[in-house]
Amino acid sequence: MVDKKEIEKLAHLARIKIPDEEISSLTGEIDSILEYVRQIQEAGPDSLETENTSNTVNIMREDGIPHDSGIYSKDILAQSPQTEGEYIKVKKILPN
Amino acid sequence: MVDLKDLTIKKAHKALIKKEYKVIDLVESYKKVIAEKDPTYHACLEVFSDIDDQVENAQRMIDNSNTSELAGIPFILKDNILVKGHVASAGSKMLENFVSPYDATAVRKLKDAGAIIIGRANMDEFAMGVSTENSAFGTTRNPFDKSRVAGGSSGGSAAAVALDETLVALGSDTGGSVRQPSSFCGVVGFKPTYGSVSRFGLIAMASSFDVIGPITRTVEDAEIVFNVIRGTDALDSTSFYPKEPNKVSEKIRVGVPREFLSMGGIDERVLKNFDESVERLRDLGFEIVDIDLPNIKYALSAYYIIVPAEVSSNLARFDGVKYGAHLEGKDVIDDYFVTRGGNFGREVRRRIILGTYVLSSGYYDAFYHKANAVRDRIKSDYNKAFENVDVIITPTTPAPAFKIGEKVNDPLQMYLEDVFTCPVNVSGNPAISVPCGFAEVEGEKLPLGLQFIGRPYEEATLFKTGKRFLNESDGSI
Repeated sequence: MVDKKEIEKLAHLARIKIPDEEISSLTGEIDSILEYVRQIQEAGPDSLETENTSNTVNIMREDGIPHDSGIYSKDILAQSPQTEGEYIKVKKILPN
Repeated sequence: MVDLKDLTIKKAHKALIKKEYKVIDLVESYKKVIAEKDPTYHACLEVFSDIDDQVENAQRMIDNSNTSELAGIPFILKDNILVKGHVASAGSKMLENFVSPYDATAVRKLKDAGAIIIGRANMDEFAMGVSTENSAFGTTRNPFDKSRVAGGSSGGSAAAVALDETLVALGSDTGGSVRQPSSFCGVVGFKPTYGSVSRFGLIAMASSFDVIGPITRTVEDAEIVFNVIRGTDALDSTSFYPKEPNKVSEKIRVGVPREFLSMGGIDERVLKNFDESVERLRDLGFEIVDIDLPNIKYALSAYYIIVPAEVSSNLARFDGVKYGAHLEGKDVIDDYFVTRGGNFGREVRRRIILGTYVLSSGYYDAFYHKANAVRDRIKSDYNKAFENVDVIITPTTPAPAFKIGEKVNDPLQMYLEDVFTCPVNVSGNPAISVPCGFAEVEGEKLPLGLQFIGRPYEEATLFKTGKRFLNESDGSI
């Protein structure tokens, strides 16, 4: 069972402000979803005796220069909520 | 005006080549339908007004002949696929004003082939949902019954094709988001093998599941589009498509997972229709055998653990700093809290919380780790089954389209919609949903879908089976 305090902690970890009244309904919803998905515990032991089922491999490439410096900067900065010159602007991080 | 009824890519291509009409006539005909029908159904979020260059370019390609079948063919794209210079909002307030600085790889391939991108389609916010009710910009209505949902998350894309607002649409499929709305709207929805279409320029939901797929009127159209957009892409290191894909199986054996179908909770009309579809396949000369997928009953649980985990990680990037919406808090950290709290909708918040839970220490092993182990077991089940059969069939959805509002307060009921579709996202196999008849509900005929599942990179066998089932011209076995 998850409780309200736990949901508040998760919301804090996820950096989401959630109104108090939603915390209560969320507690019940998350509980019922966890109750359902918990059935995977009934599945067999973790290790598979069968062949490796993964068909993924590491893809490597040269550590080169992907494109000329700065050719996308203007377009990308244009999408930023706050900019100053060629920089993205945020509030002060360290106190005085 | 071009007659859009029963139009296919091949028919339109032939007419364009023979100069029966021009690209602009085709595009304007679809735009006219959008103007007539979309105020009622709300499949589209935007119709692009700056496509004159694309239209001229496509007409030139056709006039010079020797061109792709997609030249001049109108497309509507799900709102999470990036088109340079256009908004891609992923159905979220968070990206309401985000203008893409580049084209997705799939979009670049379509543009190179001369396709016309005419607009963007409604969807559940960040592709989380099965009804488009989670869109920040309103719900799409079902073309067969306005009081019902079009499905989701690619509900706008599927409804647009069903309404003749476009010839083709692209969607994305993470747990059924192309196939389920296609089933609800009576059209064809194709989910390719994971990785076979580049995810570059697709707004991420769950990166080890997401794949772009076409929604069309015919299986042949889905095949034509897939053959253009597929392929290994240097810009997506998880993309891969073999130079020589698997050959079409000669004599196709169809597997029916009987035990999975008897788990309960499936609409009687869906089961009856499914049995009729099996008989139809038998009559068409397919060999039908029962198969066992022992771990498939755990697929939905594994899915709703791993997907929220990936969601919570992927959506951490929306911080109100780099791009997207920004709300002012009292300090830099509070900016995050109010921006994310104020711009993510309820379902997105719910999944982020759920994902944060299953990844937190103390629960990681019991949930996330265990779910990944189950994922391996499910892949192994499919691999074993495909030693004996070439295609596996199930219904696409457990019931026909539900009423708008019917399930909004019960997230678990919404999640159960994915029971037949999400297992192949867990495993990565390709699957296609094709229309297979109707269920009569409260006096309305609602479409049903049949799902064919295939071996990885053996899409050709699915196309062949689907064409044969729908009686499309060159589907002979």
